[in-house]
Amino acid sequence: MVKKRSIAQRLLAAPHILWSVLFIVAPLAIVVFYAFTDAAFHFSINNFTRLFDDGTFEVFTLSLAFAFCATCICLVIAYPLAYFISRANKKTQNTLVMLSMLPMWMNFLLRTYALSFLMEDTGVLNTILSAIGIDGVSLINTPGAVIFGMVYNFLPYMILPIHSVISKIDKNVIEAAEDLGCNRFQVILKVIMPLSLPGIVSGITMVFVPSVSTFYISQQLGPTDFVLIGDVIETYFKSAAASSYHLGSAISLVLMILIFICMAVMNRFSDDDSAGGIMV
Amino acid sequence: MSKRYFSVFIIIIAILCPVLCSCAEPEEIEFSVTDETASIDYSKYEGVTLNVYNWGEYISDGSDGSVDINAEFTRLTGIEINYTNFTSNEDMYNKIVNGGVSYDIIIPSDYMIEKLIKEELVVKLDLSNIPNCKYIAEEYKNLYFDPENAYSVPYSVGMVGLIYNTAIVTEKPDSWSALWDERYDGQILMFNNPRDAFGIAQFLCGININTENAEDWEKAKDKLSDQKPYVKSYVMDEIYNKMESGAAALAPYYAGDFFSMYENNPELDFVYPKEGTNIFVDSICIPSSTKNKEAAELYINYLMDPNVALQNAYMICYASPNTEVVNNEEYLEFLDELHPEAYNILYMDMAEYYEGADIKSYYFRDLSDETLNTVNSLWNSLKIESTEDSSTDFVYYFCAVVIAFLLVMFIISKIRKYRREHV
Repeated sequence: MVKKRSIAQRLLAAPHILWSVLFIVAPLAIVVFYAFTDAAFHFSINNFTRLFDDGTFEVFTLSLAFAFCATCICLVIAYPLAYFISRANKKTQNTLVMLSMLPMWMNFLLRTYALSFLMEDTGVLNTILSAIGIDGVSLINTPGAVIFGMVYNFLPYMILPIHSVISKIDKNVIEAAEDLGCNRFQVILKVIMPLSLPGIVSGITMVFVPSVSTFYISQQLGPTDFVLIGDVIETYFKSAAASSYHLGSAISLVLMILIFICMAVMNRFSDDDSAGGIMV
Repeated sequence: MSKRYFSVFIIIIAILCPVLCSCAEPEEIEFSVTDETASIDYSKYEGVTLNVYNWGEYISDGSDGSVDINAEFTRLTGIEINYTNFTSNEDMYNKIVNGGVSYDIIIPSDYMIEKLIKEELVVKLDLSNIPNCKYIAEEYKNLYFDPENAYSVPYSVGMVGLIYNTAIVTEKPDSWSALWDERYDGQILMFNNPRDAFGIAQFLCGININTENAEDWEKAKDKLSDQKPYVKSYVMDEIYNKMESGAAALAPYYAGDFFSMYENNPELDFVYPKEGTNIFVDSICIPSSTKNKEAAELYINYLMDPNVALQNAYMICYASPNTEVVNNEEYLEFLDELHPEAYNILYMDMAEYYEGADIKSYYFRDLSDETLNTVNSLWNSLKIESTEDSSTDFVYYFCAVVIAFLLVMFIISKIRKYRREHV
């Protein structure tokens, strides 16, 4: 009886396992294989040593810094927003959540392209600004525009997990805190925030990871004096030179490891905090 | 209640839809191929599907009231067309080599065809299946990449030139050095692909664009580094928006695309710089992975049909190598309406314009793998290297402040926890 059930279970799981092998494990293996071979498919670690010589390493730190900034700003904007959405009544809540998801209905390349159109020197925003007397502001082709692009594109990924966690917090817990003498501010700080930590952590992950590896945003909105790592990877995979796939794979692999380290560090911090039950 | 309104609304829309659509449908354009092309017996290929891989917006596809060339082909022959796009020769090459997809028709540029022939990735054509080849102008036959016309049939021809906004650039530029002019700081656009970008720097420095000498490439890269502080953005298709709106003053681009920008901003003008410029020929080839070579040849023949080529020439606005198109009265009128200088720009006699220059060296050639690697790493270091006063410092400061803040908070909370447990 027990055995029979486990066969059925395995059969049910089979499509998922097949999926992950085909589309997660196999591509990863290919990336690793390409990263450790040269153009003639002989084992080589030159792809990695090269990264430290030609300035790619600085691009890594820059990309991490940009993603970090974007994530912080997203968190600062999204947390209060998610909190107020979850305070609203059920019907408004649905509308507000839908509204915050609305931009995601359109592809991010299109959104970025539209953004570059709006922020262009002769674009809508600058026309309005010069109409009210603020002239010569350069919005596009600045690092600030790149961060704005990231925040704009990835904000919904921060709002949604935080909102879903906050809205599931037991009302009784909040009432208990109030009964025990917490004012509204303390309720947020000492009850809601620690309880919503899982939402914050997954929000940070979901914004940070795509921000680090993003491409196109810095190409479209950024100035020419820096590139981000996603664009570097893109140029490698777009060139016809035989070794370019190998170099691109090496960069992707290093990027994956870096992201993994960042996530591990963050999870450690958050685990500590939630175990202790205090934030600040 | 609201549900009922909603369903009524949907029903109204469902009823109105066909009515509205039929109103919006444009008038059928009269289109037919020449009798010669129509008289071929296509019956044995019925139901076959051809995979066609072409540049984006490089065929008359039925948009804006044009003729849908692929649909007409299916109607004529019963052969289905599966049409996909690429954005660069290199993308196409990677897809052919690594993609595991089989295509029946590709339309790459000259130097890429040279590479594909060398690597035996394209097959020889059976010209007896392509009688319409006779319309190809002599000057586009026997080009260097396919000296015997065995592998490719020219589809479209173009040149790179300098587009500038006369409202900002008052004196007519005649040299690529205008793209290095600090007066236009932050208003200069540059190609976002290594071959074209390096090409311009090489013409300016008087270096052969097909040099295999690494030092020459480095010299060109230094030239591009000098330009970088003035460059607003490295672009490809984004150029339209930026040039049309006047956000940028100068940009190098392909001659045919200038006209679509000119349509939206008549202040733009075009010039072929005196140092020389890249000429390219995009030709139709059949990759060796084809499954229907004969049907593919019939498709090439169809594309070479004067009427089809004319429709494509209307749409693409690049120069056509088809003699019947170039001599067509209506086409010449169309060009005249497009821009007073359109014919001269598209069909400029380069040998005359660049008198004494070796026009053959204006075509890109396939580079050795070693040189390609050099070019790519130079291109990457051009993009990566930061200028003296980098604008990104504040990002690092911001990160440092936030991390310091978080650390302080973390330590404070640890101390509090410790005290609470030990007091």
